[in-house]
Amino acid sequence: MMSNLVFLPIFIPLFVGALLVFLKNRHQLTIKISYLTVLLNLGLSIFLSYFVFTHHPLVLETGGWKAPFGIILVADKLSVIMTLSVNVIALASVIFASSSVTSKMTKHYFYPLFFILIAGVSGAFLTGDLFNLFVFFEVLLMASYGLIIIGGSKQQFRESVKYILLNLFSSILFVTTVAFLYSVTGTVNMAQLGERVAEVEQQGILTGIAILLFVVFATKGALFPLYFWLPKSYIVPSPVVSALFGALLTKVGVYSMLRVYTLIFSHKLELTHTFFIWVAAITMLIGVIGALSTSNVKLIIAYNIMPAIGFMLLGIGTFSAESLAGTIYYLIHDMAIKAALFFLAGLLVWHAGTSNLNKMGGYIKTSPLLGWMFFIAALILAGIPPFSGFIGKYLLLRGAFDEEHYFVAGIGLLSSLLILFSVIRIFIGAFWGELKEPKEKVRRSGLVASGLLIAISILLGVGAEWFYPYIQSAADNLIDPQIYIDFVLKE
Amino acid sequence: MEIVMSILAGTLFAAGVYLLLQKQLIKIVLGTVLLSHGAHLFILTMGKLNRGAPPILEKGITEYTDPLPQALILTSIVISFGITSFLLVLAYRTYQSNKTDMMDQLRGTDDE
Repeated sequence: MMSNLVFLPIFIPLFVGALLVFLKNRHQLTIKISYLTVLLNLGLSIFLSYFVFTHHPLVLETGGWKAPFGIILVADKLSVIMTLSVNVIALASVIFASSSVTSKMTKHYFYPLFFILIAGVSGAFLTGDLFNLFVFFEVLLMASYGLIIIGGSKQQFRESVKYILLNLFSSILFVTTVAFLYSVTGTVNMAQLGERVAEVEQQGILTGIAILLFVVFATKGALFPLYFWLPKSYIVPSPVVSALFGALLTKVGVYSMLRVYTLIFSHKLELTHTFFIWVAAITMLIGVIGALSTSNVKLIIAYNIMPAIGFMLLGIGTFSAESLAGTIYYLIHDMAIKAALFFLAGLLVWHAGTSNLNKMGGYIKTSPLLGWMFFIAALILAGIPPFSGFIGKYLLLRGAFDEEHYFVAGIGLLSSLLILFSVIRIFIGAFWGELKEPKEKVRRSGLVASGLLIAISILLGVGAEWFYPYIQSAADNLIDPQIYIDFVLKE
Repeated sequence: MEIVMSILAGTLFAAGVYLLLQKQLIKIVLGTVLLSHGAHLFILTMGKLNRGAPPILEKGITEYTDPLPQALILTSIVISFGITSFLLVLAYRTYQSNKTDMMDQLRGTDDE
């Protein structure tokens, strides 16, 4: 009976999304329903996390078909942590959207697409089946295709064509890879895949499939050299959409890697995971170079997504209990802080009336709160103690040093420094110096939304003692795939 | 038969990728159509091509067809149908607002 709850974080947003299609002309009512839905969903995912951590993981076998034959949803520790984080981001986004999303955007189905995106992301985190991972990827991508062109400006059309084509190509590659895997192992259930791949000790062809699957997730997660679609396409939509994309979409790619390369393909570490570490290092460097190369505020934040993805991949590549805990910690931290930074950058751009850093200045006088929030967010992003970025980076780098990946860890440290430089550059350029005439006042609900996320990040850092045991136990379950397999297949 | 189907899927992939690398937007959209056809045929082939057998596994029946690839393809076809129609509209609107459908003119600059 309890296991039916696993279905709700996907079903509630999907249902409300469908309902809101009919209310597109009722702007105020839509906002109220959205608030109720995200709060309900957040409460539900808190309860789900509480249950999974105090009792046992939940498996929902839909239609009564036993795993591995039917479609299953699995809520293990990692899944519920991720679902909870998504719903926190959703709450902040609705707060931000309540003032920034105009009734014209509501008419163009902002809220239905938003909820379908949330349903897709939660589904990707909760599914226990590789093919359904593809289906939920498509659900969230379809919603994102709609969200990215709301507004219909020239740049939006131009950039979204590239965004959609790249994602479509990687989706087709995903289906093909699933077909390959099905023909070799005869299953698409992740637990059974893990079992069967372990049985044949991941022969050559399976390692080939693992790398092919890595190309798919690398495209979704924007890793070197498949990142070029990301920065420009993430800055064209409205700030709330950018924040959702930056916080959630690439992280689904990282989550998939975290799942697939611990549960299924974890038997040829020297080949696949060493490869990951080098890709991670190059991604970090390219990301910060991109962030330093531009003076467009939104583009600087968008480029900063990549070093973060690099850090998480470094944890997956190092593959120890500690570095995986670091990856999970960093994943949660990055969701919160990327959303907050995209919100703040959006507020700043509205305030200044331009996204060019050289045309800004002195806004600390007109909006001190925005300025100091931006400053704190910058410190959190770079991983200055005692904030949450530090804990994640500390675990990741200690893991890397323990496994003697000194060079890559050095690149990680260097890129952290450059990240700090790139975001502090925004702070200095936009808030210090001679005051340039601001265009409009800063919207208060935007500050509330970013404040909420920054507070969560600070809490994650200062209260690391409380959160760390939970995250470590989620990572311990990842390092030993047998726990997941036994629980799902119940032998 | 599987060999022929695999070669056909491979040809579709090659043609699809070739079209993706073109400059004109409509050719790129057609490329994605061919690619998804290739992927669907490939899934079908991977489930072994059997004829005249029911998709049921029971005790005593040794000859059966695997129903799973067909379910997978059906899902995948619906998705690619939706995306293709969306992409066609998007290509048209991009052409309308940017006054060009050539990818090398759709680059844009940093300061906009």
